[in-house]
Amino acid sequence: METVAKPLETRTLTVSMGPQHPATHGVLRLVLELDGETVVECTPHVGYLHRGIEKLSEHRTYLQIIPLTDRLDYISSMSNNIGYCLAVEKLLGIEAPERAKFIRTMAGEMSRISSHLLWLATHALDIGAMTVFLYTFRERETILGLFERLCGARLTVSYPRIGGVRNDIPDQDWLDELKSFTDEFPGRIKEYETLINQNRIWIKRTKGIGVIGREEAINRGLSGATLRGSGIDYDVRKYMPYDAYDQVEFEVPVGKEGDVYDRYRCRMIELEQSNRIIRQCIDKMPSGPILAEEMKYILPAKEDVLSDMEHLIHHFVLVAEGPKAPVGELYVSTEVPKGELGFYIVSDGTGKPYRMHVRSPSFVHASVLGRLSKGHMVADVIANIGTIDIVLGECDR
Amino acid sequence: MGSLEIAEEIKKTFPDEVIGFTEFRGQVTVSLSKDRIVDICRYLHDSPDMSFDYPTDLCAVDNLGRGRTRFEVIYNLYSTKYRHRIILKAQVPESDPVIDSVTLIWSGMNWHERETYDMFGITFKGHPDMRRILMPEDWEGNPLRKDYPLKGPEKEWRGYRNVKEKSRSFREFQWKQ
Amino acid sequence: MGMNNLAVEPTETPEGIRIYSQNVMVASGEKLIDWFVNRARLSSMWPVTFGLACCAIEMMTTGSSHYDLDRLGIIFRGSPRQADFMIVAGTVCKKMAPIVRKVYDQLPEPRYVISMGSCACSGNVFDTYSVVQGVDEFVPVDVYIPGCPPRPEALMEGLGKLQEKIRGEKHRWGRWK
Repeated sequence: METVAKPLETRTLTVSMGPQHPATHGVLRLVLELDGETVVECTPHVGYLHRGIEKLSEHRTYLQIIPLTDRLDYISSMSNNIGYCLAVEKLLGIEAPERAKFIRTMAGEMSRISSHLLWLATHALDIGAMTVFLYTFRERETILGLFERLCGARLTVSYPRIGGVRNDIPDQDWLDELKSFTDEFPGRIKEYETLINQNRIWIKRTKGIGVIGREEAINRGLSGATLRGSGIDYDVRKYMPYDAYDQVEFEVPVGKEGDVYDRYRCRMIELEQSNRIIRQCIDKMPSGPILAEEMKYILPAKEDVLSDMEHLIHHFVLVAEGPKAPVGELYVSTEVPKGELGFYIVSDGTGKPYRMHVRSPSFVHASVLGRLSKGHMVADVIANIGTIDIVLGECDR
Repeated sequence: MGSLEIAEEIKKTFPDEVIGFTEFRGQVTVSLSKDRIVDICRYLHDSPDMSFDYPTDLCAVDNLGRGRTRFEVIYNLYSTKYRHRIILKAQVPESDPVIDSVTLIWSGMNWHERETYDMFGITFKGHPDMRRILMPEDWEGNPLRKDYPLKGPEKEWRGYRNVKEKSRSFREFQWKQ
Repeated sequence: MGMNNLAVEPTETPEGIRIYSQNVMVASGEKLIDWFVNRARLSSMWPVTFGLACCAIEMMTTGSSHYDLDRLGIIFRGSPRQADFMIVAGTVCKKMAPIVRKVYDQLPEPRYVISMGSCACSGNVFDTYSVVQGVDEFVPVDVYIPGCPPRPEALMEGLGKLQEKIRGEKHRWGRWK
């Protein structure tokens, strides 16, 4: 009997790094085609957390959408709220008072610190440095405790309002505690850097991985530290300043190579700069009202509602039907920790938006993951997911 | 360049396609027809005094019942060199919801176009990978259209019906005693 | 020398165990084994990591050093085959439902499900076309922890309730039941 020798062939292995995975930072599905340990093709699949926020916001008044925007990027929910409130304020043509602007800047920077700390914790945890996770969560607890004293919620605050903020800073103790936090924080950043900056394993796992060139980064629409690691100096806080960012001094760190290590350094320097901004805000905080005075669009104070008929009617109409915005459409963007968050609102004259589109940075960054991971190994895919800093709540909306 | 000047330039260069432009709170929106959208975008990208190299966003609006063309595809473009922004609105009629894709000019528009296809049903001709992104692959209907109910259609998605059926049959399973 | 010359009078627990001192207990029968086995099981519950959305962040915070979960014996396992129970933390979408069910099916018995957060309990504010209105539509839930997101202390109380449930179970140590 003749035996026919079958020729040796190699095939690639298709693995689904599925939605349930300890290292995917949420429900992201990556379909990897592997040739041994090298990734030949990487296709991200998103949509496992699509909650229909854009469709839901067409049925809610402008005021009722604020808690929905909280849940977009749930790690830095204060920044999302600020972005949305700014967009609606521009649509209505009102401006928040000075004190509210400074409080919002301060709260936005606190949420930026909190988001970067969580990014560092999960990024380092995935690469293998577990201690950083425990250290950064300690700082994060202080910030979440401060948020709770400020507005009652730890994670999904709905603190900013259209035209200002919900309530004033509770007492001077709160500012003192925040000030002592900003005094200690640079020392803590040094702690984290001592753990990993010069570590041989860290450097080997992050230098030269996930490189994006300058032209390609702009062409793909990246933003935030993912873009700045490649050497482009685009920060919405400097290009289109909002709130009190034109009254505080801060620097925007820019990388050189565009690899994972540069983006890591950018975000670490951003932590220091946020600390600097908070300290300036505490020093320069003006006194005054915290909500703008437009009766047509903004809920009046509770004491007036309960004592004066006109205020009661305004309150009723605003809660039942929402602030009636003029007809038009506009796009306003802010710099959230992940990148550039934009709100495109189309208004048709009623109290509910006709169409609200959220331009989320995580959606754009997740699209780049396939191209970043090609040619690298499976462990580098994990490093890439960490470095582009995506949150699936924002990516899928 | 100010936003109004950019709009004037576009109208001068492409007089047949530009329908008009509006200004609201300092932001200019240019309404165009969908025919030569790729040429217009390439002009905006390559021209040295426009240089719109950063694709911020692409979305769509459904104008059902407002007396206009049903769909409008919104292009949100920004220039990192000159720091100016322009918003283009391409009119896409309901009878022919197809428009050319601009992924060859800005690769960042890739996923945005997929999302618009998923949510509105507008096909982008020339897109390398036109399939659903946020909804499951075999979902029927386009959720963000105005005639799509908020709570979902009457007939449940097949995959979810299977899950409920499977869980019911597992719960009622009788093991041999 | 008989054993009955001891100076201590034993206290008797409802299960029929006579306790002489902190370390000396005498009993017999099924109730004793139930007592020990249940206490051993509840002190080392191992969940499978199933964080979906915002509640996952609070779960991580509860696991970190401030509100340590490790002191309750809880170690997060990556694979459902090695886990005891599942904490569904976050919104369950219809696209994700088959995967939730698959992970639940892969958990070996005895298994439990904790539904953490309003989204997993009932759908929360998201009453839309793509959100499952409560994970108990296709998975049997043992403990519901409401909140958006629930505080770490609330999660620990929910885990305490699960521990109470396990403490009261009977005959979980014999042949398969």
